[in-house]
Amino acid sequence: MQATETFYDVMRRQGVTRRSFLKFCSLTATALGLGPAFVPKIAHAMETKPRTPVIWVHGLECTCCSESFIRSAHPLVKDVVLSMISLDYDDTLMAAAGHQAEAALEDTIRRYKGNYILAVEGNPPLNEDGMYCIVGGKPFVDQLRHAAKDAKAIISWGSCASHGCVQAARPNPTRATPVHQVITDKPIIKVPGCPPIAEVMTGVITYMLTFDRIPELDRTGRPKMFYSQRIHDKCYRRPHFDAGQFVEAFDDEGARRGYCLYKVGCKGPTTYNACSTVRWNEGTSFPIQAGHGCIGCSEDGFWDKGSWYARLTDINQFGVEANADKIGMTAAIGVGGAIAAHAAVSALKRAQVKNNGSSRAPDLEV
Amino acid sequence: MNVIETKAPSLETPIALAGDMSAEDRAATVTSVYVYEAPVRLWHWINAASILVLAVTGYFIGSPLPTQPGEASANFLMGYIRFAHFTAGYIFATGFVVRFYWAFVGNHHARQLFAPPVWRGQWWKEVLTEIRWYAFLEKRPKKYVGHNPLAQIAMFVFITLGSLFMIVTGFALYGEGTQPGSWANVLFTSWVIPLFGQSQDVHTWHHLVMWWILIFVMIHVYVAIREDIMSRQSIVSTMISGERTFKDSDPD
Repeated sequence: MQATETFYDVMRRQGVTRRSFLKFCSLTATALGLGPAFVPKIAHAMETKPRTPVIWVHGLECTCCSESFIRSAHPLVKDVVLSMISLDYDDTLMAAAGHQAEAALEDTIRRYKGNYILAVEGNPPLNEDGMYCIVGGKPFVDQLRHAAKDAKAIISWGSCASHGCVQAARPNPTRATPVHQVITDKPIIKVPGCPPIAEVMTGVITYMLTFDRIPELDRTGRPKMFYSQRIHDKCYRRPHFDAGQFVEAFDDEGARRGYCLYKVGCKGPTTYNACSTVRWNEGTSFPIQAGHGCIGCSEDGFWDKGSWYARLTDINQFGVEANADKIGMTAAIGVGGAIAAHAAVSALKRAQVKNNGSSRAPDLEV
Repeated sequence: MNVIETKAPSLETPIALAGDMSAEDRAATVTSVYVYEAPVRLWHWINAASILVLAVTGYFIGSPLPTQPGEASANFLMGYIRFAHFTAGYIFATGFVVRFYWAFVGNHHARQLFAPPVWRGQWWKEVLTEIRWYAFLEKRPKKYVGHNPLAQIAMFVFITLGSLFMIVTGFALYGEGTQPGSWANVLFTSWVIPLFGQSQDVHTWHHLVMWWILIFVMIHVYVAIREDIMSRQSIVSTMISGERTFKDSDPD
């Protein structure tokens, strides 16, 4: 491996003109929601800073995060991978395999001690000493701990790394555990979603490389710039929600007219993500635009909340599937019955007392 | 606790309080105590009204009414329902805060809602007596100027804690819509949502506790009417006039 180059060096070497480079900088600034004043800052950072090495490890996952990542359009993932970061280890994307790949990992950890970013896709299962996920002949949890020890920061890609996702859904037989519960001594940026939006992924990386710091996070560790608003807040079908116009079934007139999907279980009102603004596949569409409600994939425990097609979600604590209304209604009917019975007995008792000779009944002995 | 200051004339010197008073009536001269001051009574009824509005509109937010015909621009049904819910929520929360303040400046009965004397053995014994009264095992209930101990527990658990829970989770959900930076978001949403894990569970709990409070309302109305008839003191009219009247003059 040669001495570290700056981003700009690499881009020029790859034939990118200065003009294209500046265009890239302004596009990136726009994608991050930054003003024009930040364009020269980004350019300056890319001209002077060495490329940041990134180690990308894969635990229990479906690789949808990687699939999403490589479809980033603004910035293009080719720019991110080839120009901005030095993706020194990613067993899915790298050319090397086997011992060579593992050697690259060790080499990066040693050479950039304390300076590399660890990106984690998927999560480690902890049951049976982590034997449910083996990477390079060793449990993934060991590789994760090893790579995390000298990392500058950790990015938890997707809902698996951030929350646990499907493999951690009830009853979670492998005890799949989100990264922040295994690694507790490093700054962790959660980028949830199943998968996260490509532009959100590259946006987070670009921000970290440009400003050499982690983006501002909310209390649960998600970057505020992408996760501080709900799908509902920016949904283009929101006027139909306020008007009270809903899709009642997927084949009704409301569905054809593009009404709000709230009643068929859309989780937009409880889901924090950028889908309704950034959208997917170069801004082509997103689930609600395609006529299906949001399933809330970037929210913790979204697999365990019952149907994706019901607004009120299931509560499992009672051993049966029931939502708040079913439980409340049952309890209310029970209590109503009890009140009726109690009232009947009270009336009988009182009648009994009255028959025994007094109009000022309750204080007299029967 | 049960010291009753009688305003009415004592039994030793019976006076004809009303023209049609018979000897029997006179033998059980009504005594009364001023319990619920005007702000407490006002709060009670405002609170009752806002709970009614909140429960109905809240239910329709969770399970909306059938789709409205016409253009979206010509309709605002969900918006009006939510507006009513938020307005009633503000009234409910403001009422709770004022009621809490009144616990400090009002009479000692005003404090009952917030401080059940759980450290007192005698109080727990009377809780048991009340339970026995409702289980038809006690022939004669005790007299109370304020709440009886069992009622006090119910008030504290359902109304004090229940209202607090609904106000906190309610404003947390409200703050989601008013966005980061708004007071509701800063004061409530920012910590309530992470505490529950995510927004969906906050919605579910907010919904469950609505039923919790509604069940209390059912019991409350039943018991208030039953006590009014069967106990030794007035209940329903007390929340209108503030006067607790007793049907007998026995000391206990």
